[in-house]
Amino acid sequence: MRSNYTYIFIMFSVSFLIRVLPLTLIRKQIKNITIRSFLYYVPYVTLAVMTFPAIMEDVEKPIAGLFALIVGIITAWFGGGLFPTAVACSVVVFVLELFI
Amino acid sequence: MNNNKHWFLKGLKDGIPIAMGYFAVSFALGFTASSAGLTVFQATLASLLCNASAGEYAGFVGIASKVSYLTMAAMIAIVNIRYLLMSASLSQKLPEETGLPHRLLVGFWITDEIFAASATVPGKLNPFYNYGLAISSLSFWALGTCFGAIVGNVVPDNVVSALGVLLYGMFLAIIIPPARENKILRLLIILAMSSSFLFSKLPVLSSISNAIRITILTILISTAAALVFPIKEDEDNQETGEDTSYKEAVEVKNAQ
Repeated sequence: MRSNYTYIFIMFSVSFLIRVLPLTLIRKQIKNITIRSFLYYVPYVTLAVMTFPAIMEDVEKPIAGLFALIVGIITAWFGGGLFPTAVACSVVVFVLELFI
Repeated sequence: MNNNKHWFLKGLKDGIPIAMGYFAVSFALGFTASSAGLTVFQATLASLLCNASAGEYAGFVGIASKVSYLTMAAMIAIVNIRYLLMSASLSQKLPEETGLPHRLLVGFWITDEIFAASATVPGKLNPFYNYGLAISSLSFWALGTCFGAIVGNVVPDNVVSALGVLLYGMFLAIIIPPARENKILRLLIILAMSSSFLFSKLPVLSSISNAIRITILTILISTAAALVFPIKEDEDNQETGEDTSYKEAVEVKNAQ
């Protein structure tokens, strides 16, 4: 049986190591353009992979999740910002699941 | 000493606008944690120790699917790998003589927003500025996770379903606005989402856990993108992928 505390400890240790290695041992800027490009793209790719299809799997009716994705993209595209985009997605799921 | 106090207080104050955003995101994250089977205490502890939205989300997905410890380590490393760049950049920003304890503490509290605020300080960086920023903003990060996990345990199923997508909405609010300005990011997001979908549906591939799918696709697509579309010099200076509205708020405050 794997323990949640061991998982949390691993999460902490790895995040901590990544954050302190350059500050303590390396102490240099990262100049290599391929590495910089990779690090630049990672957040966008990983958040996109995390969002879809999970947004359809974490709700009771997948179609409600799909609509939430579309509404979320449109809201964010037109400058909705953090709160409005999140609330819009949430309302879409709540309302659709009441009626479908 | 007086100088340290000045920077600490300035950090506390500049951390306030960041704190509000953190509270909202971590509330949603606390919700994910409770669905993944963490207790309120465990969720709060994870936030106090990890200080990362995508990183913690990945961790909770891993816990939910009971991945191996090695897989957990690999996925946390990949999802948080961008902090290497921020840490490297702050290593140039701190005074040369800064001691190890300060370096460890500054590193521990690197987040996208704290990095943006501290990297834009004129001249050398006083670590006490980071401590101020971290204490005022990240206490709300932990508090939000705690509240989210509590609420996640008590609300009825249809509300769970609706609140569960809050975090995805926030992820979209982070990645979509830069994608509107940059067609390579647009392409990558479409590619990432469609391959993630295919991976979860195709025979054989669909037996891979969510946690491993996130890790593998992030490595493959980001590596391909780095090789095919290397960024221009300094394109990544301020853009780290997290919510930029709070960064801007902090930058404006610093400029004043």
